[in-house]
Amino acid sequence: MNELLLRELVPAVIGVLVRRGADFASAEDAVQEALIRALETWPDDPPRDPKAWLVAVAWRRFLDAARAEASRRGRELAVEVEPPAGPAPATDDTLRLFFQCAHPTLPRSSAVALTLRAVGGLTTRQIATAYLVPEATMAQRISRAKRRIAGLPLDQPGDLETVLRVLYLVFNEGYGGNLDLAAEAIRLTRQLVALTDEPEVAGLLALMLLHHARRASRTGPGGRLVPLGEQDRSRWDTGLIAEGVTILQAALARDRLGEYQAQAAIAALHADARSACETDWVQIVEWYDELLLLTGSPVVRLNRAVAVGEADGPQAGLAALADVNPDLPRYAAVTAYLHERAGGLEHAAELYAEASRAATSVPERDHLTREAARVRQLLRP
Amino acid sequence: MKYLLLKHYRGGPAPVVDWAPMEQWTPEEVDAHIQYMRDFAARLEETGEFVDERALAPGGAFVRYDGEGRPPVTDGPFAETKDLIAGWMIIDVESWDRAVQLAGELSAAPGPGGEPIHEWLEVRPLLTESLTVTE
Repeated sequence: MNELLLRELVPAVIGVLVRRGADFASAEDAVQEALIRALETWPDDPPRDPKAWLVAVAWRRFLDAARAEASRRGRELAVEVEPPAGPAPATDDTLRLFFQCAHPTLPRSSAVALTLRAVGGLTTRQIATAYLVPEATMAQRISRAKRRIAGLPLDQPGDLETVLRVLYLVFNEGYGGNLDLAAEAIRLTRQLVALTDEPEVAGLLALMLLHHARRASRTGPGGRLVPLGEQDRSRWDTGLIAEGVTILQAALARDRLGEYQAQAAIAALHADARSACETDWVQIVEWYDELLLLTGSPVVRLNRAVAVGEADGPQAGLAALADVNPDLPRYAAVTAYLHERAGGLEHAAELYAEASRAATSVPERDHLTREAARVRQLLRP
Repeated sequence: MKYLLLKHYRGGPAPVVDWAPMEQWTPEEVDAHIQYMRDFAARLEETGEFVDERALAPGGAFVRYDGEGRPPVTDGPFAETKDLIAGWMIIDVESWDRAVQLAGELSAAPGPGGEPIHEWLEVRPLLTESLTVTE
């Protein structure tokens, strides 16, 4: 059984149930149950028409649940038991699902979970394992999210911006347990690109592909973090880079720049350089300027200071730090790097140690601790 | 974001309310306290924010390596150490502010006379394992 094929059917099947009169929350639950059943039975007994099988099983589950609910309340069943025939605009269904699941009124973690389940076709257990919470907690998170969006009018589908934000969050999670969340985010973003005509969606896909191309080189033995400048560039995936660059160029040609396209442009400039010292930092700084105009984000300001440090020297980088908020998690790490390059080793070692205490992940903390140790070693006579 | 809410038997800032040890409360007061903790965890399960909860026995010992071929050295149990951890809860929430809000609620668990005990809880962020792209 091809599990991916099965998962790809999930949003369309939810769409069928909704068009037959089921509410989104119940339809999604019924399809999840059908999905779990399929995962159990298909390996031994594959159906001839997988989609028809899923629709039939999910619809039956939905009717059972609706009947139980109706009798509990002493009411007649409101939906037609016989599904109405009609055309199936499946692509619109999937697009609407993206917007529903990542609705701006939802907390980020709920939007992520709901998107992975309803659009990604993952089971609650898989999502719970990936995000290291109990299955019951994840189930609650998802059903609360569905209750929250239940009353929202369907003609106000939400915001593309939050859909992209949710997909990027999933991508940045990397691996979760044995689930490749980065690959899953790419798969979903590819779907979204096919359903929309927005350069920013293409920009996000390009950004993901360009980052993903470097994945193998980003970690060394034992999972240690390898910074961009020290990565073995022969291990970068040139196929993904070529695809990312092509998608980015087509998006940029539309002349509607957005933050994901600008970030992808920066990633593409890194991908272009055969060695770290061939990086076109001047152009990267220009893209950071664009990005800053688009977002005003403090994190962008911080990253821009790094690029300025590479383009115009560490003193210029340190000067660019003047209007950056020092409370940012990676502020000390950036300052340490710039001071080291400027020759202030003593200060750099202290700052690396400070940065390791401010790190938010284990690989980052270990890396910064190692950096502090490396600089201190240079200081010894 | 995941946070650890650490409950101490002893240690941390000076207590605000000087309540008697639990074994000196009335059985009803003990029940009410335990029920409050249960309800709190159940509510977090409802909201999709609960991860884990464990209680620790006060006993145990410090243990360390003592060289090749030698048994580990143990020290303790320490009846009088300054800091003694009683247990923890791990929550998965949207923000630090939410973690602080929840810790505040947990700290309002009732003690003698049904009054909130105002105990200090330590709130600590968990480091993630993921390697976020920051290049």
